[in-house]
Amino acid sequence: MITQVARRFVKTVLPLAQGLSITFRHQPPFQQPITVEYPEQKRPMYPRTRWRHVLRRYDNGLERCIGCSLCAGACPARCIYVEAAENTDEQRYSPGERYAVRYEINMLRCIFCGYCQEACPTGAIVLRDDYELADYQRSDFIYTKEMLLEPVPAPKEE
Amino acid sequence: MAKRIVEIAAHDSTTPQIPGLQQQGNILLAKLEDLVRWGRVNSLWPLTFGLACCAIEMMSTVSARFDISRFGSEVFRPSPRQADVMIVAGRVSKKMGPVLRQLYDQMPNPKWVISMGACASCGGVFNNYAILQGVDQIVPVDVYVPGCPPSPDALLYGLLQLQRKIRQQHHGMIVELPLLKRTEVSSG
Repeated sequence: MITQVARRFVKTVLPLAQGLSITFRHQPPFQQPITVEYPEQKRPMYPRTRWRHVLRRYDNGLERCIGCSLCAGACPARCIYVEAAENTDEQRYSPGERYAVRYEINMLRCIFCGYCQEACPTGAIVLRDDYELADYQRSDFIYTKEMLLEPVPAPKEE
Repeated sequence: MAKRIVEIAAHDSTTPQIPGLQQQGNILLAKLEDLVRWGRVNSLWPLTFGLACCAIEMMSTVSARFDISRFGSEVFRPSPRQADVMIVAGRVSKKMGPVLRQLYDQMPNPKWVISMGACASCGGVFNNYAILQGVDQIVPVDVYVPGCPPSPDALLYGLLQLQRKIRQQHHGMIVELPLLKRTEVSSG
């Protein structure tokens, strides 16, 4: 009788405990949940993450973009539009001869491949890690030059 | 702050708007409306509508790391009659268009559409004869999520945007939304 009970115990309860031990091993305090609590806590992005574009400036505040349209040529989705104009000594935007008077990216078309970044001879356009781009209207996704340009860097303290 | 006027829920025919009731300020109706909206916001059941590579990211949004169920949207329904939001994930071919529209029509009101990724939103790189240039040509889209494909956190942000939209939703009223475009650029 006792041996029967013991045998039944070994046959039923032990495997149950064995199985549940795996379950409990994956619970806190042995293992912490891996969920990234997104809106409060963001996961660290990799250094080469390609998201929202930024038009960079030199340290003296001049724009890097020279309006050469190489990014537009390299773009497989054809989402970049560049219109160039001549710099004058009174109105100087970039160190070269020309600058981009209009620079527009259709963020919906863009596939964030980074070819524009590779094609740019002056390193003006880079893709950074801001991925919160969702919006309600299609017309809001045409990002203009004003939205893409970096703010003018603060003058350095000598 | 710059504001723009947006008409929310032009396609949303939830409760019929009773003229007179809202002018008199029926408190019970207003509170019930809040309660209903709260329920809607926190139980957006998506329709399983993965069409291409974006669907993989949509699946990983459901996974433990990103866990869309924190927002009450983990219940992917295979039947449109049980779904609230259609996440169009992937390119929609012209042949798929009527099917998509039919599924949308079969969803009960109120219903919303998230256009996920470049292809669903505007065709992406596939600017050709076979791909629909934007799913908003056949269904009204509420939130566009750019990216190719959007990472799970980008999709979650789109879902949060949709929740924010529903929270401000009155029955076909015009609401003011602050301009979402950020002109400043994060440094780093």
